[in-house]
Amino acid sequence: MIPGQAKKTVVLGVLGVDAHVVGNKIMAHALESADFKVVNIGTFSSQEDFIRAAIESAADALLVASLCGHGEIECRGFREKCVESGIGDIHLVAGGNLVVGKQAWKAVQTRFLEMGFNRAYPPGVSPRKVIDDLKHDLKAS
Amino acid sequence: MDGMALALLIDFGSTFTKIQAIDLEAEEIVAYAQSCTTVETDIMVGLRGALDLLPARVRNSAFACKLSSSSAAGGLGMVTIGLIPELSAEAARRAALGAGAKVIKVYAFRLSAKEIQELESLNPDILLLAGGTDGGNADVILGNAKKLALSRVHCPIVIAGNKVAADEVNAILSASGKPTLVTDNVMPEVNVLNVEPAREMIRRVFIERIIEAKGLKRAEAFVEGILMPTPTAVLKAARLLSQGTPREKGLGDLVIVDVGGATTDVHSIGLGSPCQAGVIFKGLPEPLAKRTVEGDLGIRYNATSILHLRGPERLLRNASLETDRLAPKIEALCRDVEFLPQTEEDMQLDLALATCAAQAAMERHAGTIEAVWGPQGQYYIQHGKDLTEVCHLIGTGGIFTHHPQAGLILRKTLFSSAEPFSLRPKQPSLYTDAKYCLYAIGLLADRYPDQALRIARKYLKKWEAPL
Repeated sequence: MIPGQAKKTVVLGVLGVDAHVVGNKIMAHALESADFKVVNIGTFSSQEDFIRAAIESAADALLVASLCGHGEIECRGFREKCVESGIGDIHLVAGGNLVVGKQAWKAVQTRFLEMGFNRAYPPGVSPRKVIDDLKHDLKAS
Repeated sequence: MDGMALALLIDFGSTFTKIQAIDLEAEEIVAYAQSCTTVETDIMVGLRGALDLLPARVRNSAFACKLSSSSAAGGLGMVTIGLIPELSAEAARRAALGAGAKVIKVYAFRLSAKEIQELESLNPDILLLAGGTDGGNADVILGNAKKLALSRVHCPIVIAGNKVAADEVNAILSASGKPTLVTDNVMPEVNVLNVEPAREMIRRVFIERIIEAKGLKRAEAFVEGILMPTPTAVLKAARLLSQGTPREKGLGDLVIVDVGGATTDVHSIGLGSPCQAGVIFKGLPEPLAKRTVEGDLGIRYNATSILHLRGPERLLRNASLETDRLAPKIEALCRDVEFLPQTEEDMQLDLALATCAAQAAMERHAGTIEAVWGPQGQYYIQHGKDLTEVCHLIGTGGIFTHHPQAGLILRKTLFSSAEPFSLRPKQPSLYTDAKYCLYAIGLLADRYPDQALRIARKYLKKWEAPL
């Protein structure tokens, strides 16, 4: 972090009825180590939980994880809800096992970008890659 | 009475001024009296009336201390303001409730012109202004401060929001002549509750400013001070009973139900974390010492509201009454709020009303479990406190002092297998505050904690199951 510059705040959580907590903890640790202010709302979080946390904490980005395969359904309307809630410009990122079965990643990524996500990541992406992209996108480094 | 260390504990209630004389050495309640509260004219008239009812040997004693609480003149009316309803606005509401306040209204987001107008007409005793985590959103609390600065709100404003904005919020409000106090954020991080500093600040404002504003100052020449609102004294007693002192063991997790004429309060001490494996807690964490107030549940002023809420069938299940007499009798109670039961039928009706009020208040206070389905099967999500394993349930308020079947009220508030998702206590020991002394215990808690705890345990009446 550049001295004197405020940390960037990210809201991190696992969307929907999804108990996968391990990746969430690893990601929170990696982001904190990279000098982000992490608001981790944990598992079983709704779109509204993410948005509420983002407004209170004046977050710069929402990092939405979905591991159960229902991400495509759970993430629908997320950008629209952010717009309605007054944080329409927030940086929106999705990652995990976002869809059911094995599907070509390019098509999945396109679907998420069309939904209004700024970035989407496939299964097995390294935290380093997500953090580097986040720093670039938020100009935090 | 020479050589006796007597404490005089006074509760300036909304209707009655109650006094207890407690022998701190023998650890005994030696006298109790009550008279009508006279806050409209001179608060001392009612107090003198109650003092005159004490035996002369007690009245003429040199008291070791004279402490009091008050819920007179409408209690402590507060308005709270936050940003998100489920987060900082809820944290602010919980801080105010824990400080013994009657929360008149909760506002969230940016205040509109209409809301400012409403706020002016509500005329609260204290306003609690929160919003934003530390380092989080500052725009909303600053915007709300600017609107409040231009408003006709004159009450003290406790600022307990985003610490980064607190100084500027304070400057904006102070510049317009508003009395302000700054304390720590009620929600410094998302889903982190920090209500104690705000509660303490509210108590300070209550002592320093509200007492005078409510015409209670004259009493301060007689007592050492009106230390806190009465609900705070009960919550303090709950804490002492639960946690004990370094020398006296406490009871552990407990719940107190306080059924009154206008409201029903529930106090719980305990974390309320999930008791069953596989249950996940979501939402703003619960305060260790939690108080809820049900403004629609009171067995006099709000007796008709209980009838409408729970229905005549449910009321009649809890009392042997003739159906056609129910509604007129309840309406009569609302008109004559100082009515004391005269017949067996009156007693039955009071029991039914108190049971329904206590049941509803407990249902609202206790947490709930929600069953959700996901790709990996069913999960259980907990909202609020799990009270199922609470070991002690105590009833306080007039009905628990006087009614011969008071233990029955408590029994009917317990967990029911018909409603398994309502996390009410399952098998607690049942007690009633038979001497109406819990407020007095709370008042003594800081100065004489060991004695206060032993006295409370001595005078709580245990009800053996089955009733």
